[in-house]
Amino acid sequence: MSEILLKLEGVHTHIGQYHILQGVDLEVPKGGLTVLLGRNGAGKTTTLRTIMGMWHASRGKVSFAGDDITAAATPDISCAGIAYVPESMGIFSDLTVRENLYLAARAGEMDTARLEWIFGFFPALKKFWNFPAGNLSGGQKQMVAIARAIVEPRRLLLIDEPTKGLAPAIIQGMITAFRELKETETILLVEQNFNFVCSLGDTVAVMDGGRIVHAGMMADLAADQELQQKLLGLSLHVHQ
Amino acid sequence: MNTTTSPAAAAGAPVDAALPKVRVDYLPLLLVPVMALVMLPLVGSFPTWVTLTFAGLAMGMMIFIMASGLTLIFGLMDVLNFGHGAFVSVGAFTATFVLLPMKGWMEADSALMNLAVVGLAILLAMLVTGLLGWAFERIIIRPVYGLHLKQILITMGGMIVAEQLIHVIWGAEQIPLPLPETFRGAFILGDAAVEKYRLIAVAVGLTVFLTMFLVLNRTKVGLLIRAGVENGEMVEALGYRIRRLFVGVFMAGSALAGLGGVMWGLYKETLTAAIGGETTVLVFIVIIIGGLGSVGGCFIGALLVALTANYAGFLAPKVALVSDILLMVAVLLWRPRGLYPVAKR
Ligand SMILES: Nc1ncnc2c1ncn2[C@@H]1O[C@H](COP(=O)(O)OP(=O)(O)O)[C@@H](O)[C@H]1O
Ligand SMILES: [Mg+2]
Repeated sequence: MSEILLKLEGVHTHIGQYHILQGVDLEVPKGGLTVLLGRNGAGKTTTLRTIMGMWHASRGKVSFAGDDITAAATPDISCAGIAYVPESMGIFSDLTVRENLYLAARAGEMDTARLEWIFGFFPALKKFWNFPAGNLSGGQKQMVAIARAIVEPRRLLLIDEPTKGLAPAIIQGMITAFRELKETETILLVEQNFNFVCSLGDTVAVMDGGRIVHAGMMADLAADQELQQKLLGLSLHVHQ
Repeated sequence: MNTTTSPAAAAGAPVDAALPKVRVDYLPLLLVPVMALVMLPLVGSFPTWVTLTFAGLAMGMMIFIMASGLTLIFGLMDVLNFGHGAFVSVGAFTATFVLLPMKGWMEADSALMNLAVVGLAILLAMLVTGLLGWAFERIIIRPVYGLHLKQILITMGGMIVAEQLIHVIWGAEQIPLPLPETFRGAFILGDAAVEKYRLIAVAVGLTVFLTMFLVLNRTKVGLLIRAGVENGEMVEALGYRIRRLFVGVFMAGSALAGLGGVMWGLYKETLTAAIGGETTVLVFIVIIIGGLGSVGGCFIGALLVALTANYAGFLAPKVALVSDILLMVAVLLWRPRGLYPVAKR
């Protein structure tokens, strides 16, 4: 088994008085793509936000590449090599596409070869390079958000429901991009729709009620109809 | 807006066919010229109108200088600083440390000597208010992040303390602050008189506005500030410390308030400790009209507020006191979140 890059042990997160995460145990192996599944309100976004230090765990431990980042501040976690694509995308709508990516490039200047690699996934970005990001369509904004996460090499990408609200054709393009991306990057991808990710993920974790209720290889879950029914039955969106 | 989005399709599409329209909101830009033009027949006399309009523009520029920092301070960290006026007064009073002892240079009939002494006074005022801003942020603002009611109370408290300190240091008497010799008088354009100092104020205001515009649009720090106003959490997720950015903005905003204070004091040619409180009301009306967090909106708002005050003072002196409130109500009825509402996450 490959080395564990990110590890959550018994993580509890409170938001105000609400006890949202109730002991999350999650491992993301280095390389490849881990899918975090679960119905609406299961706590997936809260898990990612806790990893990023946007909420702080009240109990338990988050470690990244062997370092304890449980209490670290968001900018430090980011600088440690974790990029985050939030559910709301977090686009700076007043800024151009170029400026959005430029701010994500902490080294200062953007690497042209890497940009070309990104334009390979998302040609629309090249076209709208100097347009205010707020004027783009939902799918294009999502591309900006993902491009921002990969504009420099990072060690882990956290991507929260990138397919949400997008048209099927766009989702297909997105999934194709992830298939290529995971060859070089480690990705933790949150998704509600099993069908989109069953052939994409290497490992999978399923969340419910603020806990991980299943973790294992994606191939095993994909092959086991009964288990799927049990874990995802009620929430499985069937898209034909 | 429905442009091609699937990568494959986008690659093949003709480039300009799919370009989204850039929506630039021009309407607020028209407000200042439209207001000025509408007032021309009402005022009746062209020379009077020129004088009033220039007076309004000059006053507007000074208010903009004071307000521009405050709008960013709110935009970036949601901090309501009712103590901003303290920097205006401290700036103005600090300038007297230079302006009063160097009276000879002020009275000299040499533009160079006048400029040197005023420049020195401004430099000192901005330095002191900038440093004071740093301390104010640490001691007063930091403990009340995210707590609006406490922010209002404690920053108002800070303002009162500043006013009392001014009484202690400079006395309770008002201090005469005559303009330097070469800044006095007016240029005559036809029948209209435009005071020199008003032209200077307009020039300084435009310089500050252009500098801010360039910094906010062309530098990384500026882009981070704009990004932070929209979504500070995402700026942190990209690896930047928003608090550090905020301290910088707070200091710059305080120093600009200090600059505005010096200019306002020279404009009125007297100084009282009330200068801060007096300008605070105007400054808040301006940033609300402009849209909290928007520097462009703040600029237009400041000009509108000052022009309104000047036209109303001439046309209907009785209404003048409430004219700016009426202006604010009118703008908010049209755009409830100000001229340029800032997109928030
Ligand atoms: N800011 C918040 N304040 C209060 N409750 C929240 C907040 N954010 C999320 N929650 C609650 O936490 C639970 C998990 O939310 P979330 O992590 O967003 O779920 P998911 O991403 O899996 O849909 C939900 O019940 C939601 O209502
Ligand atoms: Mg979510």
